[in-house]
Amino acid sequence: MVGVVIVSHSQKVAEGIREMALQMSAPEQKIIAAGGMADGGIGTDAFRVSEAIVSADTGDGVAIMVDLGSAVLSTETAFEFLDEELRSKVQIADAPILEGAISAVVEASLGSNLAAVVATAEGARTLNKC
Amino acid sequence: MSGNLYEVISAVGEMIIGNRQKLTDLDAAIGDGDHGINMARGFEAVKAKLQGMEMESDIGKVLKIVGMTLISSVGGAAGPLYGTAFLRAAAPSQGKTELDTQTIGLMLEAAIAGIKERGKATTGEKTMLDALVPAYEAFQDGANTGKTVTACLELAYEAAQQGVEFTKTIIATKGRASYLGERSRGHQDPGATSSYIMLKALVEYLRR
Repeated sequence: MVGVVIVSHSQKVAEGIREMALQMSAPEQKIIAAGGMADGGIGTDAFRVSEAIVSADTGDGVAIMVDLGSAVLSTETAFEFLDEELRSKVQIADAPILEGAISAVVEASLGSNLAAVVATAEGARTLNKC
Repeated sequence: MSGNLYEVISAVGEMIIGNRQKLTDLDAAIGDGDHGINMARGFEAVKAKLQGMEMESDIGKVLKIVGMTLISSVGGAAGPLYGTAFLRAAAPSQGKTELDTQTIGLMLEAAIAGIKERGKATTGEKTMLDALVPAYEAFQDGANTGKTVTACLELAYEAAQQGVEFTKTIIATKGRASYLGERSRGHQDPGATSSYIMLKALVEYLRR
């Protein structure tokens, strides 16, 4: 099952999105929050992200949801710390972080592959709310 | 690290920490107002990390620690960008205990390539590259005409200063400031400024 990592500048945002996504997921679905800095401050930390990716992977790869700016840079930096095998099966979804995470988790819980999970997350960009 | 190496990095760190408010004010004008806080936090962490390593003399090894520490402690985009820059600069200086112009040229080249790659950025976008690329070119011009390391770094510092001035004349197309479009014109870029400050600290140290 494809794992999902949530990278936000805020630990609370990442944890909160994880909680919401858990409601929609299969019991064995891995959803790991990588929000904020080690000291609890606002920011992103590539090492926290790389650890989260390792924890989220069960062999089928990991889709990563990001918020703004440095979340992308930190995640791309985190990729450099992964071993080559895992690096070949991680992907950032160009999607809104909350809607993308929930869509990704639903797709992943169906047992879909990484490309399908990322595509579904990115589809959340055009979800109409009203 | 040799006394010198430790002192150089401390000098750079202290000048960044001393400019915390200035960098934050510049960033508040066109970004999210955290560049000074983030950079100071990063270099405070570097200071703590290097304590007890005053005798380490391998420049590459120390730069690698600096890079890793910035990546994990800065928090904003500058963390992965400067962190990657220091990590890349660590490769040509690996195992070296002193630097000549050729090695420094390779280090700057590798650092800039790392920033370009990580930030998917180039010059003219109102970023740190607008200070660093002219600085590198000026350094290389000096090196090619046989100038000393200090003289080359002085040229680089002057070019970086002009680069910072140049960022006032252009609009941002990368980073948070790009949301402001035309309103970013007239302001100097905080990232270019922090790059300039690091070179300034280096030159002032060498002039002592």
